[in-house]
Amino acid sequence: MSTAAPTLPPKRVITTKPRFSDKVFRAVVTGGGFSSLVILGLISLFLLYNGLNVFKTEGLKFITGFDWIVPLPEEGLPAQYGIGAMLYGTVVIGLIALFFAFPISVGAALFLSYYAPEWLKKPMVLVIDVMAAIPSIVFGLWGYFILMPHAEYWAKLIHKYLGFIPIFDMPANAYSRSPFIAGLVLAIMIIPIVTSISREIFAQTPLDRVQAAYALGATKWSMIKTVVFPYGRGGVVGGAMLGLGRAIGETVAVYTVLNIVFDIRIEVLLSAGGSVASMIVNKFGEANPEELKALMASGFVLFLVTLLINFLANFIINRTARE
Amino acid sequence: MSTATIPRPSKPWGVNFKQTIPDLAVAVVTVLVTFAIVAYTPMKGKLAFVVVLFLVALAASAAISGIRRDRKAALNSVSTVMVYVAGLFVIFPLGSILYEIIKRGIGGLSLGIFTTDMAVTASDAPLNEGGLLHAVVGTLYIVLIASLISVPIGILTSLYLTEVKGKAAGTVRFFVQAMSGIPSIVAGLFIYAVWMIAFGNQYSAFAGAMALALLMIPTVARTSEEVLKLIPNDLREAGLAMGGTQWRTVAMIVIPAAQSGLITAVILGVARVAGETAPLLLTMGGADALNLNPFDGNSSAIPFYVWKNFLLGTETSIDRAWSGVLVLMIIVLIFFSLTRFLSGRKGRV
Repeated sequence: MSTAAPTLPPKRVITTKPRFSDKVFRAVVTGGGFSSLVILGLISLFLLYNGLNVFKTEGLKFITGFDWIVPLPEEGLPAQYGIGAMLYGTVVIGLIALFFAFPISVGAALFLSYYAPEWLKKPMVLVIDVMAAIPSIVFGLWGYFILMPHAEYWAKLIHKYLGFIPIFDMPANAYSRSPFIAGLVLAIMIIPIVTSISREIFAQTPLDRVQAAYALGATKWSMIKTVVFPYGRGGVVGGAMLGLGRAIGETVAVYTVLNIVFDIRIEVLLSAGGSVASMIVNKFGEANPEELKALMASGFVLFLVTLLINFLANFIINRTARE
Repeated sequence: MSTATIPRPSKPWGVNFKQTIPDLAVAVVTVLVTFAIVAYTPMKGKLAFVVVLFLVALAASAAISGIRRDRKAALNSVSTVMVYVAGLFVIFPLGSILYEIIKRGIGGLSLGIFTTDMAVTASDAPLNEGGLLHAVVGTLYIVLIASLISVPIGILTSLYLTEVKGKAAGTVRFFVQAMSGIPSIVAGLFIYAVWMIAFGNQYSAFAGAMALALLMIPTVARTSEEVLKLIPNDLREAGLAMGGTQWRTVAMIVIPAAQSGLITAVILGVARVAGETAPLLLTMGGADALNLNPFDGNSSAIPFYVWKNFLLGTETSIDRAWSGVLVLMIIVLIFFSLTRFLSGRKGRV
């Protein structure tokens, strides 16, 4: 009756060898994925290539010098390009912006995370998101026509009562379009980004530690000081740096409220300041081909600085978020 | 069948009216003291009032908590006041910006400005002459072309990060983050260096669109990545288990499931670049006349129109700039609300 033992069917061969379509898919997607690296590489390459001559002839003086002299062709004099004053001015307005934006943003993030009543949270987050979406030209016009008259008055008050401090000194009666005002406009522009990053970081504070602090009888402020701040310090600093990066790269809003002068001055209330990004737009219109190359070189420096700040900021934020 | 009446749960920990009386009293005293200081000292005006109110509120809240409890409570009250003020500071500028835009922009707004351009209109001509048709058309062109360039690249990047998960995913993510921080002016300079200097082209809407695309890619990529991360892995595994290749699983299951989220990502990118000004200043030339060819000749966009009229500086051109700002804000807010609406819908991602 019994027949021979049933022969087992041949074993199925299981492979993970991708099909042809998958190979194509992976290749295309990987190519797209690397596009951002390629673009960043191309940007630095092209700007460097165009600015190379200027870097060569000016050398280190391009960074440290603060003369931007374009002689007329018939004069036959050598041109001078130095963005030292602009770099200094950029740092000054960036720091002024952070000086105002940082405490307000951290305070607002704390307010949203621990103080605000439940019904207020959603509308306020909406307000912050809308602020982040407002184009910079709008801030520029608003800063010039609405904020500046008020800010000039504030600057006069600061000068009147704190004028003995050198940075608030006024050699001339010119309060409009000063680094102080540009810093204020930038502060309003970066508050949304610093606030939302701080809020995200605060939201990740471990709840058990928050509750532990309350259980030990801490007031809200003691809890924030001992739990929230130590935990979120890195992320908040990273957020502030992202804000600084945005402030440094801002162009048109600064252009409208800042009088660009190639000179290093410590008086922040005086109508003379600098910003690399705005200077590029300022000079671009009438630039001859050689000056254009100097502008490309300035753009390259600006690109490197902002990229570096962003790298560092994202590194800090990612590290804090992962912990 | 009678329903049993369920007693409302009492909240013994809630704050009753009696407990808020001291706080209210402090608030009233604070305002009164502030009025007195502003009235009887040389400090005058709204600014003085706000500053004095802030300082008096700090002092009052610290004093009352210090007396009722201890130094720690006083510190807590002071910080509470400061945090509330910071919250107020965040809301205030937006209110002022929106109010001023509407107040100053509404005057120059009429249907007529959407049907004419500025080709034959002098800068000090009355507001009913000329319009921003050329700028609206230019903005439409550049936003459309920028989307066509950046959306495929952005979504491919996000697919690389979530579906292929190659070895370099961490690096790519890091670079995309960094790319979202490059200044817009640098994007403009780069396109100028490539498109104008290296390839010898002239100003055009296409050049402006390419600059905007550079700024749009990181926004689209990062938002799409967040969306694709939310698609449950079960869906992918189900697709593969039914014998689908990875390509078909992504194309027919993952992407349709993430559809509305991906659209949100695109609109978010559009909202990000629609108001950009700086790169356009270097790439588009800024025409006053309508230019229907996006690949050749100077053209304009709404931010450029605002910029040009602002620099002209005559009374009517400033008014024109404000109406341009109003139109721009309306467009940006429409896109913004669209993203809210799409991402707020439940069910799909």
